[in-house]
This record gives sequence, C-alpha cells and structure tokens, in this order.
Amino acid sequence: MAGIEVSALHKRYPDGTVAVEHVDLSIGDGELFVMLGPSGCGKTTTLRAIAGLERQTSGDIRIGDTLVNDLPPAERDIAMVFQFYALYPHLKTRDNLAFPLRAEGLPKHEVRQRVEEAARLMRLGPLLDRRPRQLSGGEQQRVALARALVRRPRAFLMDEPLTNLDAELRADMRTEIKHLQGELGATMVYVTHDQVEAMSLGHRIAILNKGRVEQVGTPLEVYDRPASLFCAAFIGSPPMNLIEVEVADGELRGQGGLVLTPPPGLPRDRPLVAGVRPEALEVTAPGADRSVPARVVSAEWLGDEIIYVVDHSGGRDVRVRMPPTVRFAADAKVGLRHTGGTPAVYDVRTEELVA
Amino acid sequence: MAVSVDEAVSAGPAPDHPSPARRVRRRGRGRSVLEVVLLTALAVVMLFPVLWMIETSIKENRDVYAVPAEFFGFTVTLDHFRDVFVGADGGRSALSVAFLNSVVVAGVSTVLATVLGVPAAWAYSRFTLKAKKDQLFFVLSTRFMPPVVVVVPIFLMYRQAGLIDTKLGLILIYAAFNVPFTIWMMKGFVDEVPAEYEDAAMLDGYSRLQAFWKFTLPLLVPGIAATAVFALIFSWNEFVFAIFLTSSDEVRTAPPAIAGLIGGTTVDWGLVAAASVVFALPVLVFAYLVRRHLVAGVTLGAVRR
Repeated sequence: MAGIEVSALHKRYPDGTVAVEHVDLSIGDGELFVMLGPSGCGKTTTLRAIAGLERQTSGDIRIGDTLVNDLPPAERDIAMVFQFYALYPHLKTRDNLAFPLRAEGLPKHEVRQRVEEAARLMRLGPLLDRRPRQLSGGEQQRVALARALVRRPRAFLMDEPLTNLDAELRADMRTEIKHLQGELGATMVYVTHDQVEAMSLGHRIAILNKGRVEQVGTPLEVYDRPASLFCAAFIGSPPMNLIEVEVADGELRGQGGLVLTPPPGLPRDRPLVAGVRPEALEVTAPGADRSVPARVVSAEWLGDEIIYVVDHSGGRDVRVRMPPTVRFAADAKVGLRHTGGTPAVYDVRTEELVA
Repeated sequence: MAVSVDEAVSAGPAPDHPSPARRVRRRGRGRSVLEVVLLTALAVVMLFPVLWMIETSIKENRDVYAVPAEFFGFTVTLDHFRDVFVGADGGRSALSVAFLNSVVVAGVSTVLATVLGVPAAWAYSRFTLKAKKDQLFFVLSTRFMPPVVVVVPIFLMYRQAGLIDTKLGLILIYAAFNVPFTIWMMKGFVDEVPAEYEDAAMLDGYSRLQAFWKFTLPLLVPGIAATAVFALIFSWNEFVFAIFLTSSDEVRTAPPAIAGLIGGTTVDWGLVAAASVVFALPVLVFAYLVRRHLVAGVTLGAVRR
C-alpha cells in the first residue's frame, strides 16, 4: 500500500473545457479518502488522472515514492472499480477475476489461489461459474470489487461504485467496502456525489467545486465548520441555514432579530453570513426565553424527526430539526431560538469562512 | 388480454349499448382489414416488376414479345442465363467480366470504408476533440449532394491522376462516399458500448488500441455487419460514377454493363432480365445471411439514450 500525492493538477481538454482547475491532495497510506462534489466538479477527472486514464495538462501525481505522470495505467499498480462495473461480458466470474492476473503473466496455481482468496473475501463462491448478465447489480459490483482485490494493488480507485444500486443494497455495500478497507488497510480513493456515502465512509473528505478543492477534512470537521458557503450549502440535509448577521453589543444579531453567540476574532467592516445547522435551532412556544417571534410555514414529518420551515419577522425562512414529540401545526405562532454553540461565520464577498 | 377486457365489460350494466371495448375491437378489426388490403395492393405493385423480371429471364425470346403477355404456360429456358456468363465465341462474356468487376469494386471499397470508418467512429465517440461537432458535420456534408453534382469535377481530377477507366478509381470514390456513412452509423454503436470496458482493460495492462481491439470491437460486430451491408449495397448498385468514369469492358461494373445491353437496334430483353436477376441475387443472399445483425444493428443504432 502507498499514499498518493497530487500537486497542482490541471486538466484542460483539447476543446478548451477545463475539467480540473487546480487540485492539491495528500492522501495517506491506508486512508479511505473521499472526493465529494456535484457533477462537473472535476472529481472523476482527478481520479482518472490518478489512474492514468487521462493525461493531466500540468501538475504531478505520485503514488508512494514514484512519480507516475508518464506511466501507463497498467504500470501504476492500482485497481479501479467503475460505476458500470465493466465486467467483461463474455467471461465467467472466475475468468473475470483471473483476467488481470493472467494479463500480468502470473503462474496458474498462483492465479487460482488468488482468485479463490478474493472470492472467499467477497463471498462469491456460488457465482464463480456465471457470466455477468446472470448476476444482479449488487453481485456484479461485488465481482468488480473482487477483481480489484486480486491484483493486490498499491491503491484502490472507486468511481461512484454504488450509484447504480438500489438504496438498501447501497447501504449494505457501503458497510462492506468500509469493512474491507479496514481489514486490508488499503489506500482507497472514493469518488461520489452522495454526501451520506462520503460522511459514512471517509476518513477524510475533499469537497470539490468547479475544478478546485474547497475543503479537506474529517467528516465531522466538514460538517461542523464548512470552509466556504459552497460547502455549507452542499453538506447536510437539509443544508445549513445561512443567516445574514451583524455584530452589535458583543452579540451576533440576525436580520430577524435572532441572537447568536459570536465566535472570537470577527472582522467588523464586512457583510457577514452565519451558517446555522437545523439542529442548532429550536422551535419553542411563543415568548419563550431568548426566542424571537416566528411562524411555522410548513412541517415535514419524517417519522424520527420533524423539519420545520419557520418564518421569523423579516429574516429569510429557516429550517429547524426537531424531535417528533415537539409538534406545532402549520401557521402556528411560535418562538425561534439558537441553542447550539458558536456558529460558522462567512464573508459574503469572498464566500469563505472567517471565524 | 382482449378477452379479459371483454369479460370485465360484459359483467357490467348497460347491455343496450355496445360496450366501449367492443367498439374498440370492431374498429380494430375494420382497420386490420383495411391494412391487409392496402398492404396486399402495395406488395403486388412492389413485387410485380421483380416477378416480371424473373419471368422474362426464363422465357424464350418469342414469348417475351407475345401479345397478350403470357403469365403462365410458356416454355422455360435457361439460355439467357447461359448467355450472361458465356460469350458468343464460347469464352467468358463481357457481362461475366462486369460481374466480377462489381464484386471486386464493391467488396474492396466496402472493406476500405469499414477499415477507415470504424476506428474514426471510435475516436469521435471516445475522445474530446477540438470542434468535434463541426468535424462530424463536415464529414456528413459530403453526403448532402447527389453523386451527379460532383461527377464532372471528379472526372477532370481523375483524368489528371490517371484514374479514369480503372477499378482503383471506382474503389476510391465508393470508399470516399461510404466512409462518412460508416463513421456516423458506427459512432452510434460505439456510443452504446460503455467506455469502462476499455478503461478496465487498460488498467489490466493493455494499451488503448489493444483495449479497443480485444473488448470494444467484438461488441461492435453486429453494428459493423449492418453498416457494411449498407455500404456494400450502395457500391454494388452505384451507376452514375460507374458510367462516367469507366468505359472499357475490362473495367466496367455490372450496372453500366447491363444498361449497355439496352439501346442497340434490337434489345435482347431475356438477356437483360437474366443479367438483372443475377445482379440482384448476391445482395439478397448477403442481406438474408446477416439479417439478424441487420435488424439488431439498425434498431440499436437508432435508439438514443
């Protein structure tokens, strides 16, 4: 296993489209590193550049101590799992697994041994003599994972491997991939647009937008203190409430009169926005201590929680996550107050975290 | 299924009025009768010339000119077919040489168009290129005009290049006409094959070309078959370039050679018909052999996702 260093990566296609503007990443040995972003953010292109399927316009990629810029994919000693599985349709599971090993020219008994080992690890025993079209989506993806395993590569690259599976299966496979990664201590770079996948899988997450890295951090860091307004709006469901605030009398005051605890070191001369998670707000009875008058616009009853959309005099509507026991009817007069710690505060112009 | 609909409706009230399902079915039956009548008429109109051609090819010359025409009961002869292949002097006839030329010209030009067009289609499908759409439009634009528009400039160029009255000249011009067609048809097929197969193969140690050759190409065979048949039919049937660019019996392909049979003081219609039958057969047989690929290919390429 080996770490991966990406420095100043830039990719521009012959037709002028810039897929990756500037990306620096440092992925540790044995780390499960997730690249998260909307479509067209450059995450897949970055992954394909690491794999060697795309040649970057400029920048360096190192796998372990080797500079791999000019190496073809096969010589980079990595394995990749694709969204569409890419199992060879004319080969049985067994031969699909053996294929990369035979291509490497390994002796027969070694090939058989490694195929059996990977099949055991991914529980593919009964599927070994079937062809891809006789397998379900989940089974095909397990075979694809096993095919990546048999190579014993220095790193695994995963390009949205669970996107084509249905929700239940996706959760199972997520657990399986995480377990596998831990067991093998494998370096894994995982590309997804699904934040739940990113949060639940990643040791660290890189959020990409428009070909640049917006933030790199552990799932909790990314959730608690998004580095930019883009990250704040991207992570979390429902996303952070962005409330325009002013500093006054040692307090952070939102437009609707909502009072927040100010973080230290706030710049005074710039327009600011506070990012407040829906669970850091509370809907109370009207007139409760430290609350501002508000009105319930709508409520989404999700069973284990209720998401209230609340309008508070003049301010933008905010979303509040409440336990299912606290019930207010739509249009009810309520109070709204902040209960969390210091919020993340952003500069409106630069869209970056200031405190 | 229609039965179950009927049952469901008859269980309901309102027995006085024909049920909606019945009305639909009656209208359906009326339409199907009309369809059969129209299609039969169409089939007769379409197939009569073919039938007449086949009949003429096996009639004695005096029966060909018989008035009123004889549909049945004429003497069957295969003399015309012999005349197609055997010349008056007992050697090979000019027509048989023309048929051989047709086979060579159509075959080679189709192979050439396929060999050039398939990799081009793959490249257009897989890679980001500068002004890709404009390039593809330019490629297609060569097919916008009928051949007769360009035949004079082509004739002058060919005269300079020494390609007049050569098989190579015909092969080149047919290939040039078929390459754009091949690129457009095949691009649709290549788009349908996930690029991931090639990516995976490249990670497994193959070069890009090997990945294409070993994994994508086998999946393209139905598409290639369909495309090649269309290209072959075009080259086989082509008349305008053939008649302008060739003149000698040694080079001429079958369409101008058959046309050349008409226009003397007397026309041997039996020979014309027999030559036409022989000319039509190979394409029919070939299309029949690859019909499975042809249907799969045409529908696959037509469906856009």
